[in-house]
Amino acid sequence: MKPSFSTRAVAFLASAALLAVTACSAGSSTSSGSSPGGDQNLSIGLVAEPASLDFTTTDGAAIPQVLLGNVYETLVKQDDSGKIVPALAKSWTVSPDRKTYTFDLVDNAKFTNDKQFTANDAVFSINRVKTAWTTSLKAAMDVVSQAKALSPTQLQVTLTKPSNDWLFRMTTRIGAMFSESGVSALATAPVGSGPFKFSKWNRGDSIVMDRNDSYWGSKPYFQQITLKYFKDATALNNALLTGTINVIGTVQAPEALSQFTSNDKYQVIEGTTNGEVLLSFNNSLPLFKDVRTRQGIRMAIDHKALLDTCWAGRGKLIGSMVPPTDPWYEDLTGVAPYDLAKAKSLLQASGAAGKTLRLRLPTLPYATSCGQVVKSQLEQAGLKVAIDQLEFPAAWLTTVFKNADYDMSIIAHVEPRDLGAVFNAKYYTRYDDPTLQGYLAAADSGDEAAQVDNMKKAARRLSEQAAGDWLFLLPNLMVADKSVKGLPTNAITENFDLSKLAR
Amino acid sequence: MILRLIERTGVFLVSLAVSSVLVFAFMAVLPGDPARVALGVNASDEAVTELRRQFGLDRPLPTQYFDWLGGLLHGDLGTSYVSKVAIGPQVFDRLQVTLWLVVAGMIIALAVAAPAGTVMAARHRKISGLALSAFSQVGVAVPAFLAGILLIVVFAVRLGWLPANGWTPPAQDPAMFLKQLILPALSLGLVQGAVLTRYVRSAVLEVLREDYLRTARAKGLRPFQALWRHGLRNAAVPVVTVLGLQLATLLIGAVVVERVFVIPGLGSLLLDGVSNRDLLLVQDVVMVLVIAVLLVNFIVDLLYVALDPRLRTAS
Repeated sequence: MKPSFSTRAVAFLASAALLAVTACSAGSSTSSGSSPGGDQNLSIGLVAEPASLDFTTTDGAAIPQVLLGNVYETLVKQDDSGKIVPALAKSWTVSPDRKTYTFDLVDNAKFTNDKQFTANDAVFSINRVKTAWTTSLKAAMDVVSQAKALSPTQLQVTLTKPSNDWLFRMTTRIGAMFSESGVSALATAPVGSGPFKFSKWNRGDSIVMDRNDSYWGSKPYFQQITLKYFKDATALNNALLTGTINVIGTVQAPEALSQFTSNDKYQVIEGTTNGEVLLSFNNSLPLFKDVRTRQGIRMAIDHKALLDTCWAGRGKLIGSMVPPTDPWYEDLTGVAPYDLAKAKSLLQASGAAGKTLRLRLPTLPYATSCGQVVKSQLEQAGLKVAIDQLEFPAAWLTTVFKNADYDMSIIAHVEPRDLGAVFNAKYYTRYDDPTLQGYLAAADSGDEAAQVDNMKKAARRLSEQAAGDWLFLLPNLMVADKSVKGLPTNAITENFDLSKLAR
Repeated sequence: MILRLIERTGVFLVSLAVSSVLVFAFMAVLPGDPARVALGVNASDEAVTELRRQFGLDRPLPTQYFDWLGGLLHGDLGTSYVSKVAIGPQVFDRLQVTLWLVVAGMIIALAVAAPAGTVMAARHRKISGLALSAFSQVGVAVPAFLAGILLIVVFAVRLGWLPANGWTPPAQDPAMFLKQLILPALSLGLVQGAVLTRYVRSAVLEVLREDYLRTARAKGLRPFQALWRHGLRNAAVPVVTVLGLQLATLLIGAVVVERVFVIPGLGSLLLDGVSNRDLLLVQDVVMVLVIAVLLVNFIVDLLYVALDPRLRTAS
């Protein structure tokens, strides 16, 4: 599929639907046989159809959106507040040197091929990331030096160095647990231990999931959930209006929401995501090496007005690369408040005033519409901005992402906890800052308190240094029939948790 | 007759060969490396090279072309770079969907155009003929996707009579199949019908001026009787030619209409392939569309001969 970053960026569409775990537990029941929902079905409209069902070799957000947490489970997962909580691992301990993790696993989980889930499967799954995965995400597993089964329900993982990030990444797709005998046809026949079984894929149309009636945990309410894929926002809206689907998992055009908000039959859900819409700077260019240019640009942008104009006011202003659902979130919108006079003088001082900057935009809806606003606001501060549309993904990826042939761009970075991944010298932002790297390293190797403390410093450093400008955080917008319960407010994980949905 | 058949077949085969080279060449020069796209931008160059080797993209272009062509001739369309499943069955499934749509659209177009065009020609100086003519002008100007959106707004969203989108195979649920087919087929058929009406009109007008029709009238036949018995078969010759050409437009229109109505046909497969940079899939789908269009033109050529005896002797 599309390149790792690209798909996820493109599919802010899809990503905006990556749902968080909610507190709502309607419809949960552990009794076998009948469950509260009986044979009720639900249809959800989504936008990005997966190209394959194998996220170990095909990148993109669409596959984990459907399969992670629903078909495949992880040892640990994120709860709705972003905290790491038990899943297939009941509990875990970390050694004093923070390099050895011991997980106690549940003993009653079973894969849909009737094989029991054991520590051997966990070892197999972790090792397989290094040997068989081909997507770039596999790199997060490099820090593991050994995974070993101490007993059928106890797993020990040794790292080469302390890493908080590793445990977090185990909540994402690389932490998915596979059955050793169930990986022969990942692209078409996934085998997992989750609350749903993959049932049928009508390519170009829908994916059907059946409730896994032998699931070890709380069984889902719905007997069958159909994920229907739409390429067109109008078609998606019409499908809900005419009752073909019950939920729009991702609202494509916030300005079209009024037809639902004004109707009692529907509910509109608005929360946050991990999608920071970044006005990126090419920090390797002489002009952008001057902190005054960068700060001047940040101060020249009236973020509230921008959000109102180009994204119907839906979304959150954040001021740095951290969404509110991360433990180290602070409101940093005050670091560089809108101040046209100050912006002008900063740009004058750095010599940027009067210069023409190339704003190279990917052909994505938010980038196109917000790019125009950015241009007009920056021109008021004395810059000249030349907008250059690049076809997304291919042209944008080659020109901006790979070759860094740009001055500024706009793209949503939707990966969770991606501050360090986005702001470094090798990435297209070309942001080379040893102080920032110091904070990030300390955050990764320290204990929880040290992690939070250092990540806060890192986020503040980015904001103060104006390594980019965070235009806004993409909202999680969903519309559904009023009767549907269990829809999550925030979309902060890679998966759309279907097991909490009920009526 | 035989000579003409051989000549037409030869033209058909040569066009097929030339277009296969063109389709392959266009895909080969497209930017965007499928291996890199599959692996993500951060993937190492070694991994990309390895995947290119697995896909067979590291071989010389002529080798790749002849392998592809050989596969096509055996009905093997290869395996998708992205989904890793065989392309042939997918294309075949989607082609069936699109064919239903195109055939239904064509039937509607003909059902509209044949009577309307004939009436317009026969009454071309009367108010009714002029009114129909004006109406068809509007139809010609409306693109199929717009017609589709209008039909959805009226019949699905406002009135709630028919589904706004979706597709059910006829074998699974014939009633649902028909319900879901009506609106997309109408949006294709009405627009094509309006275009076709213009051709039917001028073909019939042409025939009306022929001597043999005047003779038929002189024998005492009423105008419509004369037209029915002697004129329409002759008028059909130019219309069939246009029909063949229109089938190509109908296929293209289907690509767009499939998107509006969320129908998993060849068009949506093509769009998915393009957005996923699944080049082999795109190449196959485009080739199948090209074959379909060439085949239709070939059949039209033959029909032409069947309809007009003069062409048989001419060769």
